[in-house]
Formats: sequence, structure tokens, C-alpha cells
Amino acid sequence: MDTTSTNTAPPSPLREFWGYFSQSRGAVAGLYLIVSIILVAVFADFIAPYSPIEQHRENLLQPPAWQDGGSWSFILGTDAVGRDILSRLIHGARFSLFIGCVVVFLSLVFGVSLGLVAGFLRGPVETVIMRLMDIILAFPSLLLALVMVALLGPGLINAMIAIALVLQPHFVRLTRAQVINERSKDYVISSRVAGAGTLRLMFITILPNCMAPLIVQSTLSFSTAILDAAALGFLGMGAQPPTPEWGTMLAEAREFILSAWWVVSFPGIAILITVLSFNLMGDGLRDALDPKLKRS
Amino acid sequence: MFRFILAKLALLIPTFLGVTIIAFGFIRLIPGDPIELLAGERGVDPARHQELMIQFGYDLPIWQQYLKFLGNLLSGDLGTSIITKQSVVSEFFTLFPATVELSLCAILVALTLGLPAGIIAGVKRGSMFDHVVMGGALVGYSMPIFWSGLLLIMLFSGVLGWTPVSGRISAMFYFESPTGFMLIDSWLSGEKGAFKSAVQHLILPTVMLSTIPLAVIARQTRSAILEVLSEDYIRTARAKGLTPWRVVGVHALRNALIPVVTTIGLQIGVLLAGAILTEIIFSWPGIGKWMIHSISRRDYPAVQGGLLLIAAIVMVVNLLVDILYGLINPRIRHTE
Repeated sequence: MDTTSTNTAPPSPLREFWGYFSQSRGAVAGLYLIVSIILVAVFADFIAPYSPIEQHRENLLQPPAWQDGGSWSFILGTDAVGRDILSRLIHGARFSLFIGCVVVFLSLVFGVSLGLVAGFLRGPVETVIMRLMDIILAFPSLLLALVMVALLGPGLINAMIAIALVLQPHFVRLTRAQVINERSKDYVISSRVAGAGTLRLMFITILPNCMAPLIVQSTLSFSTAILDAAALGFLGMGAQPPTPEWGTMLAEAREFILSAWWVVSFPGIAILITVLSFNLMGDGLRDALDPKLKRS
Repeated sequence: MFRFILAKLALLIPTFLGVTIIAFGFIRLIPGDPIELLAGERGVDPARHQELMIQFGYDLPIWQQYLKFLGNLLSGDLGTSIITKQSVVSEFFTLFPATVELSLCAILVALTLGLPAGIIAGVKRGSMFDHVVMGGALVGYSMPIFWSGLLLIMLFSGVLGWTPVSGRISAMFYFESPTGFMLIDSWLSGEKGAFKSAVQHLILPTVMLSTIPLAVIARQTRSAILEVLSEDYIRTARAKGLTPWRVVGVHALRNALIPVVTTIGLQIGVLLAGAILTEIIFSWPGIGKWMIHSISRRDYPAVQGGLLLIAAIVMVVNLLVDILYGLINPRIRHTE
């Protein structure tokens, strides 16, 4: 930029945000990882060398390419029924991202609506909503999700519903706290005086100003959702075989723990990297969006 | 202080009632009627069906059933398991010490490693140590522990052969179990090698279960220390010429630990959820494994009772943490 120019206009919000966000190398690394995982998921059909459920009966439990007995036609080896592990991992990325999106969408929509109502109406409505959330939070989240799935029947869709239910109290609490904080501020009062209705005040006036912590919470919930769904899959309550979901793959791999390390190791690495990248980005977002931590 | 505790207790009662409604409603939400569920695949003839409906009180209106359930609960009766025909409460509390032992060991490990790591990382912000600890904490926080547990078995039991794969103690030992805590019982038994065997069985599950609390505690301690270090009283302490050791160890730490106590309390739910996965992987005979087996065997009275008892335990621990928090932080106690 020209040093003599006197550009005193504030940077656009997006540019300012990127300025803070990109200061954290971890956050940027997380973002790049997430983008690559999304690309892998979208183009899974083109990248994956085989179909995720195709069984190569002549190559059962073949080790990865670099180990004795491995071949480059199955880079990460094959599982007990001869399916290519790499192809299954690539297709598994679709499931994990899908789970994350659905769970965060559900818990965000329901959590934010309940939180807005509680924070806006106060009184008995608020008490009822918050007590309900306390009840959900009294159970260890994984246990409640497990019991719910046992009720609804094992499967990916039910697992996602159960996880969304146990995650949404956090959104309710967060939104309510933000709304209570915002609703007595001048801009809300002036909007009310100008005749804005309740719904307009809730969704158009107040909600946009509560977004920052909600974005952070959504990112971190994305990783919790993936982790919990994998745990449910591992316990046989999530996606059912032969779905190439990473947790389900681990459940099938358990018996080969002492004989075929590759069947056990790679799905876990895939889960770890995906969850880690969302947590990295979540931390970066928190630093960038939380005004209290902003370096002024 | 007394009023503070009373207020907290008053908040707990409606929540607990809600928990009982969920645990009570749970069986009734399953399609099909409870007797057919109990009978399972074999089915049951209509006359016997009617008889059982009356015996279990399923013919009463739903609110009367709930009141009966509450009454039984107050007298400590949560029904009997379909599979073992034992009282759910006694089954739960026979297995409970195993889970407590594992969880206590895990939280102790998490504290002894996490607190110092978080303190040093906070004091030496931006140093190599800080980066390593925070990087490690992030990885630990993102860890699918059901996978890292398998890796631990693969490495330490499979390749190195150092530790056993499952259970609480080697099958060659048999002794009375007065406390239910294997470490204490094996010590008391006086049998040679029993204690060592118990420790060996405990190590890997403890490592697995402590992963997430360790990461969370290290992160929280670091940010609490950072927050406190920018306070005026720390500057005053420094200006008085106190040694850095004293400033951190006495003035900063005391205040930084207050939010950390809450974090530790919140870990109880995380620990119990983690215990489910840990106990499954290491065949640890605790309530987590029992719950999973009850769920997969459709032993609904056991699931119902377990759910209720676990929620009650989490609530009581959270209450104790709240009280402790009020005790060490006068600002909370007096504003309520």
C-alpha cells in the first residue's frame, strides 16, 4: 500500500475478522484441513480407487503397501472381508461431515429458538425451558444418547437425532445468556420504541448480535458430534455395517487388534484428524470473534 | 452459607423429579407393551399376560404408576433385572466401586499432570513448553478414546506384553472383597503379587480414561493463570519485590484454582461417559459395561435404574462442587 495515503476508514468486518483469524497458525491449518476433508468427501467417487463395499475375496487382511505382503493396489491394506481401507476411509469422510452438519443444524435451530424464547420472555417460560435443559445435562451425554438410540432403534439417523438432543442445551444456555445481555441495550430499546414486534426484535434485532459465540460453539459442537457419532458406531448403536462410517469400521476391527494393526489404526487417525481440525478452527474463531480477548 | 446450600438444593429437586419422569417414561415410550417386552421372543399367553399386567401394576392409570414408581424409589427399590432376577439397586452398587476406582485414578492422574503443566504453560506463555503442552492438550481433547484405548492394548499388551488385556485382576487370585476397591482389597488380602496384578490391570484403563480430563484441566488451568496474572494485585505483589515463585505459587495460584474447581466438577459427566467406553474396551466390570450390556440385552428395568442412579450421582457431585466453589469463593456466596 502507498505509505502516503491517508486511508482512515475502518477495515471491512470480514477483513478485520480474517486479520485476527489468520494470526493463529493453528486456526488456518485447521481451516485448510477442513477444506481438504470437504474436497475428499465431495469427490470421494473419483478419488477412491474402489467402491467402499466391494469385497476383494482374494486379498483378505492384506497389509499396507509399505509392509511385507502389501501391494500398491491396496495402499492402506484391506479388511477382514477384503474391502479396500483407503476407499472406505475416503467415503467415511462423507458420513462424518454429514453427521456434523445435520447435528449442528438441528441443535442450532432448536437450541437458538428455545434460548431466544427463554431469554426474551423470561418468567415461567424461561424457568421451564432452563429446567428442561438442566435435566438433559444431568445425564452423561453419551449415556443419554445411547439410551435414546436404544429406544429409537440403532442407526445413523437416530444417532444423529440423539446427539443433537444432548448437544442443544449448550446452545440454549449460550443464546439465553446473550439475549439477556443484549435486550436491555439502547439499540434494542430504540427498536422497540420504534414499534418493532417481538419476532422482529428476537430474530432481526438481537440474534445477529449473539452470533459470535454461537459460531464458535457450532464449530466445537461439530467435532463433538463427529466424536460421539463415532463412539455410538463403535458401540454398535450408530451407523450399521457395511456403512463405511469410521466408528463402525473400528467396531468391526476390534477383533484384529493383535493380528492386523492397519485395520484398527487408520480409521482412528481419520477421526482424530477431522476432530482436531474442527477444534483448531474453533479455537481460532474464539480468539478472533471474542472481543474480550481481542488485542485492541 | 447455609442459605446458599439450601438455594442450591431447592434448584435440584425439580431437576431430579424431571430425571425420574424421563427414567419412568423411557420404558413406556418403547412400542409394544411392557409384558411382551419382558417375555421377549417366546411370547406369553393372554391369561398369564393379564395376570402379569396386574402383578406389575401396568393396568393402573399412568399417573398412579408413576406415583408408585416414586414411592418405590424413595424406599430404595428400583425393580429387578429381567436377565439376572436380581435387584437393580444391589447390582448397581456391587459394580459401582469398580467404576469409582477407575474414575478416581483417572482424575488423580489428570490433576497431578494437568495442573502443573497448565500452570507452567501459563507462566511461560509463548515458550516452547507452552506450545508443546497446548498442542498436546488439543490432541488429547480431540482424541477418540475408544481408539486410543485399542492402540494402548495393541502396543503394551500385544507388542510389549507388559500389561494384561482385560479385567481388574489376574484370575489366579481370589480373595474377599470388603471394600470393592481392588487396589485396597488386593493390598489387604496379603496375597503375594495380588496388588501388583491389580495395578497392572488398572494402568491402561486409567491412561485411556484420563486423556480428556487431563487435556481439559491443562487448558483451563493455563487460561485461569493467564487471566489472574494480569490482575492488579499480582502487579502489586511483583512490585513489592516478592520472588516470582511466591507471586505465582501463592498469589496467582490461589485465585486461579477457583474456576478450575468448577472444571473438575464438570468432568464427572465426561468421566462417566468415558468410563462406558473404557470399561467396554478393557472388560472392566463396572457400571458402564453393565449399562451397555443391559441396553443390548433389552434389560429395561436395569437400564431405567442405572440411568436414574447415574444421573443422581452426577447431580450430587455437581452440588458438592457448587458448595465447594461457594466455600472457596466468597464473592459467589454473598451475591446469591
